Parts: sequence; structure tokens; C-alpha cells
Amino acid sequence: MRFISRYRRHRFAGPFLLLAGLLFVGISYTVAQAASESAVLNTSDKATLIAEGKEIFARGCSSCHGLNAEGAGIAPSLIGVGAASVDFQVATGRMPMADMSHQAMRKEPVYNEEETAALAAYVASLAPGPAAVTNEELAWERSGDTAEGGELFRNNCAMCHNFAGQGGALTQGKYAPTVMGVEPKHIYEAMLTGPQAMPVFSDSVLTPQEKLSIIKWIKHAENEPALGGAALGRVGPVTEGLLAWTLGLGLLIGVAVWLTTKAR
Amino acid sequence: MSNEIAPLTDPGLPEHIHRKADVDPRAAKRAERQVGILFLLSVFGTLLFIYAYVGIDESIFIFLPIMGTTNAHQLFLGLGLAMSLFFIGMAAVHWAKTLMPDHEVIDHRKEQRSKDEDRSAFVATVKERAGEAGLGRRPFIKRTMGLALGLVGLSPILLLRDLGPLPENELNETNWKAGTRLVTDPGDRPLKPSDLEVGGVAQVQPEFPPGKERHLDDIAKDSVLLIRIRPEEFNLDPERLSWTYEGIIAFSKICSHMGCAVALYEQTTKHLLCPCHQSTFDVTRAAKVIFGPAARALPQLAITVDSEGYIVAKAPFNEAVGPSFWERDSK
Repeated sequence: MRFISRYRRHRFAGPFLLLAGLLFVGISYTVAQAASESAVLNTSDKATLIAEGKEIFARGCSSCHGLNAEGAGIAPSLIGVGAASVDFQVATGRMPMADMSHQAMRKEPVYNEEETAALAAYVASLAPGPAAVTNEELAWERSGDTAEGGELFRNNCAMCHNFAGQGGALTQGKYAPTVMGVEPKHIYEAMLTGPQAMPVFSDSVLTPQEKLSIIKWIKHAENEPALGGAALGRVGPVTEGLLAWTLGLGLLIGVAVWLTTKAR
Repeated sequence: MSNEIAPLTDPGLPEHIHRKADVDPRAAKRAERQVGILFLLSVFGTLLFIYAYVGIDESIFIFLPIMGTTNAHQLFLGLGLAMSLFFIGMAAVHWAKTLMPDHEVIDHRKEQRSKDEDRSAFVATVKERAGEAGLGRRPFIKRTMGLALGLVGLSPILLLRDLGPLPENELNETNWKAGTRLVTDPGDRPLKPSDLEVGGVAQVQPEFPPGKERHLDDIAKDSVLLIRIRPEEFNLDPERLSWTYEGIIAFSKICSHMGCAVALYEQTTKHLLCPCHQSTFDVTRAAKVIFGPAARALPQLAITVDSEGYIVAKAPFNEAVGPSFWERDSK
């Protein structure tokens, strides 16, 4: 007690107490939440999975998508979007959305694998839709064709996602995200379901085999070494021009100034 | 009272200020050392270049801050060559600025016109030599030489033919005819309306009869984007609406501004965006321009289905696809 009474008027006592208080609240909140969440899931029976999904949906999604996933003014109906769509949106962290301004962006997923599967099962149970892809369907390493995938990518994807898959701008703050470092499963599901501004590439427009080829090409591009030196984000003339005009011209101006100053 | 101001006197040349290296032997020695060091840096650059060429394996990648993961072989080749050339130049300039002679010299301008006697001597020489060459006495040489020199000038004029031939009607025509099937690009598979979901797109080309090859010239004009939306979302006049099929609408993919491939389709807003200059077209209103430099809507291809249920063109494009050209204004 002497210790406390000695330091209680110290000038750092206030900030220290504030920090300690915040830390305590944060930790206890995390612990409490983890306990309640982990209590939900422990079985994989289909009916219970759907029931669990429904519960998670009611807690985390229904405020925007409606209690029965019927949609509302701010969020679309999820009836018939299928498990593939849910898996893509939730497992890449796009849903639940952090802010509603332009588009949902990729972030750390909020729900773990089991919870995502439960949500997907629930939404799929509302109406038939594209199913989440299984790993057997995703034999891109075996059945994909890199060259064909490149041609397909340039024809179908490159206009938005950039010729090297780095992503690009769309209208009014929207953008096509980079496809580098995306799970093959999520690439496949995105083509199948057309999330957000992206159009749908159905299985007759791009056959499953062609989708695998695109994935193989993307994975090939991902591991493509930068042989020409600094890749500058692989977006072409924008960064290259910026560097040439600022660094290059700046250097030339500096040299010109030095050339014309008289030696003392 | 006079307003006249005395004219400025010629201020003459400013006083010559000697450089430190001219008056102080220690400064001169220092400048000499600096020039030497710059030359040595160039030597180091060349050695680095040689070492990078022989000694650094092409498969080595290193991480550099800002630059990211970079190929070491290429990086040091470039750095070495840059150093070897840059420091030679820098040394030469520094040498000239600090140690080379610094006295000022005045060199007055000379008159450009040659002296009269030089000019008449030149004319006399030309006349004399021309007489000696005997062109007047040898008319055959004179004529054949004239012919040869005259004809030689024709060949570059003939090459101007390569600017043609005129495209005739080619710019107004595509390979789309009434009844041509729409096939996927690449893949060449014909499509049925059921193959496209609402919100779906397909990049298509006209089907070619077997044996006919598709060239880039064809793709540059024929490329079409097929989009399916809900039929009630269309905002079209009855004629244009009859060109669609169950919510499927087809547009030329060639931008009416500069001919880029317009295919950035936003499913949510039903807008088509051109990646080159951000022209934006509204799909629900027959690709009307709603933003950007494009002057007119993308040409719409009238489609229907044939007896086997495949999507076909109902008629060729009713206007030229792509950007404006000489005979076509921007309307």
C-alpha cells in the first residue's frame, strides 16, 4: 500500500491506469467471446450444421441481409446464391463487411472454417445454388494448362485484374482486387459466382477445365521471378513512368545544375 | 528642363576570380585526388560489371528495401555499367572545372559572307572544270546521266503506294452475318441462352466455317461481349429491345473512342468501362456513353436463337464498329 500511495500522484500514473484498464477490458472481452464461440460448434451432422449456420447467420449477418436472408435495401438477398458464394465471401474475410463505402475488401476472416461451412450449409439450404468446390475438383496442378490459362486470362480477366493479375481500378472507388496470393478455391468460386461487381463466368462460358487452367496460369504468374530487376508492382507504365519522371529527371536536373556551377 | 538620362556605360567584364586550386597548391592537390578517386570509382564499376557477368548466377534473387525481390545478376550488371560510365563523366567534368586552364579569352565573331575574290574564284573554277569534263561534247553521257538521276528520285515516290490501298468498305464490314453463331473466345463453343446466368458475361467471336482461320484483323473488328441481365432492367426503345434475347444483349467490344477492348463490366451497376480512357457505357440503355471521351454508344449486335437453340446474330452490325475514321464523323 505504501507503494501505491507513493506513486499515485506521479505524472504517469493517470496514463498507466488508463492503459491497464483498457488492457484488462480487452483481454476479458476476448476470453469471454472465445468461450461463447467455441461452445457453438462441435458436430458436423448436416441438419445440425444448418441449424448452427442459421444461428450464426442470425447473429452476424441478419442485421443487413434480413432474418431469412431475404435481403434489404442495403444488402442483397442470399436466397439461391449457393454455398460457393458464401464460402468465397466469408472465407476471404469480405463478409461481414467492415465498412459499406465502396466494396467489401479482403481481410482476416471473422469466422473460422467450421463456422463458414455451417453458414454455407444454411444459405445453400434456402435454395439451390452453386456448391462450394471440393479439393478433388480443384486438381489444377494436374489438369490445368498454363498456356491456355494465359489466353483465357487475357481474354476474360485481364481487363479488370490487370495483365499480370495485379488488380486495377473500376468506377467510383471500386476496384478489381489483385489475384496474387488468393487460394485456388476462392479464385474458382469467384468465377463461378461473380462476387460484387465481378460478372459470372458460368461453366458453359468457361468450362471447369478452363477455370483450372486460369488458376494454373495465376499460380504460375505468382511465382514468376522479376528477371528485369525491380518489378515496380507489375502495373506497367504507371509506376515506370512515375519513376522515370521523378527519379530519372530529378537526377538529370541535379547533374545539369552541378555542371553549370562554377568551381570555387 | 530635360528628361534625358545619361546612357549606361559599358560595365566591361567582371573581375576574374581565381579558383582556390589556382592559388593554393594544397587545394590543387586535393582536386587532383578527387578526380583520381572518381576515375577509380569508374574502375570499380567496370570490375563490378565484369564480376556480375561472370560471377553472379542468374538464378540468384536478393531482397532490397523499396525495390523488393530482385535478380542479383541483372541488378549488378546495371549498377556496374552505370557506375563505370557515370564516374568517367563526373571525373572529366570535375577535372575541367577545378584544374584545367581558367583564363578568359575573347573571340570576336567573323563575318559570314566570303570575300568577293573568293566567290568569283569559285565560280571560275566550276565553269572551267565543267568545260574540262566535256559534257557539251558528249551529249550521250549528259542525257543518260539526267535520266538516271531523274529516275532515282521516282523510287521513294513509288514507295508511298504502301500508304494504301484504301480500305474501301472494310471498316464498315465485320464477319457478322444474319445467322452467324456466337462462339466463345477462346474455345469456339456455340452458346445457348441457358449457358449465361443473370450477371454473367461471355467474350464471343463469330463462328467461322471449318477451314477458315481467324486472324487478328478479324478479332480486331468482330469481338463482341455478351451480357445477361434481368429483362425488366432494360431501358431500351422497342427496336433495340427486339435486338436482345431474354435479357441477353450483345455489344461490340471495340471502344468507339480509340478502339480498346471495352470489357470491364460491373455486374452491380451494369456499367461497361473502357480501361484506356475510362469511357463508361450504360448496358441498360444500349451502351449509352455516361462518362468519358467516347462520342457514341457501342454498336449493338442484334441477336436471336436458331432452330437448334444456339444464340445467333439476327443481322450484321448496322454501323461501323470501333473508333471514328476519315469518312466517319463522331456521331
